[in-house]
Amino acid sequence: MMEKQFTLSVLTEDRAGLINHVTIIFARRKMNVESLNVSTSEVKGMSRFTIVITTTREKIDKVCGQIRKLVDVLGAFVYEEDEIFYQEIALYKVPTKVFLNGQNIESLVRNNGARILVVEEDHIIIEKTGHKQDTHDLYKKLAPFGLLEFIRSGRVAISKSKRRTEAYIKELEESESNSLSIKDY
Amino acid sequence: MNSPALFIQENKEVQTNLLSGAEAVLKCLLEEGVETIFGYPGGAIMPIYDQLFQYQDRLKHILVRHEQGAAHAAQGFARVSGKTGVCFATSGPGATNLITGIADAMIDSTPIVCITGQVYSPLLGTDAFQETDVVGISMPVTKWNYQVTRAEEIPFALARAFYIANTGRPGPVLIDITKDAQFESFHFSYEKCVRIRSYQPYPQLDESKSDEAADLINNSKKPFFLVGQGVILSQAKKELIELAEKADIPMAATLLGLSAVPTDHPLYVGYLGMHGNYAPNLLTNECDVLIAVGMRFDDRVTGDLERYAKQAKVIHIDIDPSEIDKNVKTDVALVSDAKVALKSLIRKVNRNEHTSWLSEFQKLKAIENETLGGSIDGRLKMGEVIRELSAQTNGEAIIVTDVGQHQMVTSQHYQFKNPRQHVTSGGLGTMGFALPASIGARMGQEEKEVIAIIGDGGFQMTIQELGTISQCGIHVKILVLNNHFLGMVRQWQELFFDGRYASTEMVNPDFQLIIKGYGIKSMKVTSREELNSKMKEFLNHKGSIMLEAEVEKEENVFPMVPAGASVSEIRLK
Repeated sequence: MMEKQFTLSVLTEDRAGLINHVTIIFARRKMNVESLNVSTSEVKGMSRFTIVITTTREKIDKVCGQIRKLVDVLGAFVYEEDEIFYQEIALYKVPTKVFLNGQNIESLVRNNGARILVVEEDHIIIEKTGHKQDTHDLYKKLAPFGLLEFIRSGRVAISKSKRRTEAYIKELEESESNSLSIKDY
Repeated sequence: MNSPALFIQENKEVQTNLLSGAEAVLKCLLEEGVETIFGYPGGAIMPIYDQLFQYQDRLKHILVRHEQGAAHAAQGFARVSGKTGVCFATSGPGATNLITGIADAMIDSTPIVCITGQVYSPLLGTDAFQETDVVGISMPVTKWNYQVTRAEEIPFALARAFYIANTGRPGPVLIDITKDAQFESFHFSYEKCVRIRSYQPYPQLDESKSDEAADLINNSKKPFFLVGQGVILSQAKKELIELAEKADIPMAATLLGLSAVPTDHPLYVGYLGMHGNYAPNLLTNECDVLIAVGMRFDDRVTGDLERYAKQAKVIHIDIDPSEIDKNVKTDVALVSDAKVALKSLIRKVNRNEHTSWLSEFQKLKAIENETLGGSIDGRLKMGEVIRELSAQTNGEAIIVTDVGQHQMVTSQHYQFKNPRQHVTSGGLGTMGFALPASIGARMGQEEKEVIAIIGDGGFQMTIQELGTISQCGIHVKILVLNNHFLGMVRQWQELFFDGRYASTEMVNPDFQLIIKGYGIKSMKVTSREELNSKMKEFLNHKGSIMLEAEVEKEENVFPMVPAGASVSEIRLK
């Protein structure tokens, strides 16, 4: 089966230790996570994990099932690239003297949809948001100027689905699946 | 908020509700209907044990000899009673010693709640004496775990623990409680947990799926039921048999599914898997519709997945959605409690007859009997000991097995009558399971005789629990099949490693003397001639007793599906 890049979006209760719970599911199968982002969500007391991983559809579906099974996980969804909007943010630190030496770094920043965040005596910090390819392109362009530091965040993604988180949670809260009812046919 | 006047008025009541965390733990257990605890004290759990002293009249504590024994005993208790087993251990080594039992409970879906003491919360993460990150360590082998650092969290944590452990697909829960939380006082109140929004233990059956399943079954010429522990857990014996009889479908059981259906039921065709019966293994690759109920297609059942039931449409009934398509691709999945799904199918499935299909099982059964039956000579064989036990107990004892050849032989030969009569370590294959689990099985019910069947290897892994049996006067009967070998490994060495017996021969102690040292009665049987009378004496004895059967040293268990082979390649010799 062909490997592909998948984005996993996991809604959880905001609880200590849950990151560990989620990540050992990958570790147990020796699957390498490409990026992991955890942040609070639009619903109070709830976190959202965005996990990027390259694997097969079959494997990601199984792993997703295992994650969904965790008691404090409210939902886990697998997305392919065309089902989400996503971004990553990158920060670049370059020496200020390059800037002062009349190099055309300012136009480089502007033409690449980046922006200057901070100008210090010895360095400036540039920020760029985009897909990995975009931030990587700028990295390549800045490298000749003597890049002091470079960092890229994990992916954050929002699905194109029309599902409302609040409604989904309400559904869970009212679901009849909390206790067993034996139907008498 | 209460007004000051009201507060004074109610002060007395408020004061009685002011409990230490330690006492609150015991109150919670009583609220959950717990009567028996298996455990071992130590520094970090001393406040709870101190309170236990005051609650002795309401909570019975069984002092085991090793924490692993406490976990297995809790499992044995849960497996025979359906109730949640409870065990206590201290921090550090006490907690890590539980892990094998917890992992066993996880893979075999057994509801237990483990309560561990933990160092004072300010010491967490400082490598304090007997500190270990048991929440971290137990994470992959618990259904849920939680660390309590404040007394007020105790009712919440324990209410959740019991709800999670024994709803949906059951499993182990661990609650780690710091020593300061045990000492701390708070206003106690308890409310049972009935809902957790992020946990949906009973998925609702999709009736359209059950229509599809019924269609497949109605059009099937060779339908076949695989019966797993889910049938026992959902108490669906009646429904399963009703459906099987209505549509005339043969049934085979997995290791943990044994006893779900009476062995002598006309549609019961045997035991599945690596050492299962000939017919159900071979015919798995002949059936046209495979109906798996509450089982998870373990590799010991399926053999090579690439050559497993490829010709069949697969209907999988399981309460755990993550089991669907995990190992075997399913055509129709009924994600539901087994009883609910079976009830729905009973209504939709037509009455039918599959006489010629059933006769195929009979033919193969005859071949198996012919090949493996025959006259027995030489030293005692494991199978004849188990058959004698089965006959003399009328198939009604609670059978607790360990892991290895004796376990497989028991699975093949004991004639089970009722659900929850068979307790074993299936998924994890934990040697040393049977002796402590039999203690729990005895505490979990009182009507039936409990017989632990153990090999000489496994016996010595938890042999110290004889002390528990002796001290607490627990009536279990221990049948040791002694072949002076780690028999199953030796069998593999003989068959697949050119007979190089690397570290499988056991030089055993005199078990008779050891048993005597614990003040337990012991017997030995070495010959076929005295098997009947010795077994009678063993079973008639009131109280705990061990019967050591000196069996053939190098006997192999057949049938056998070699590891990695297809179920079609099952060997009779």
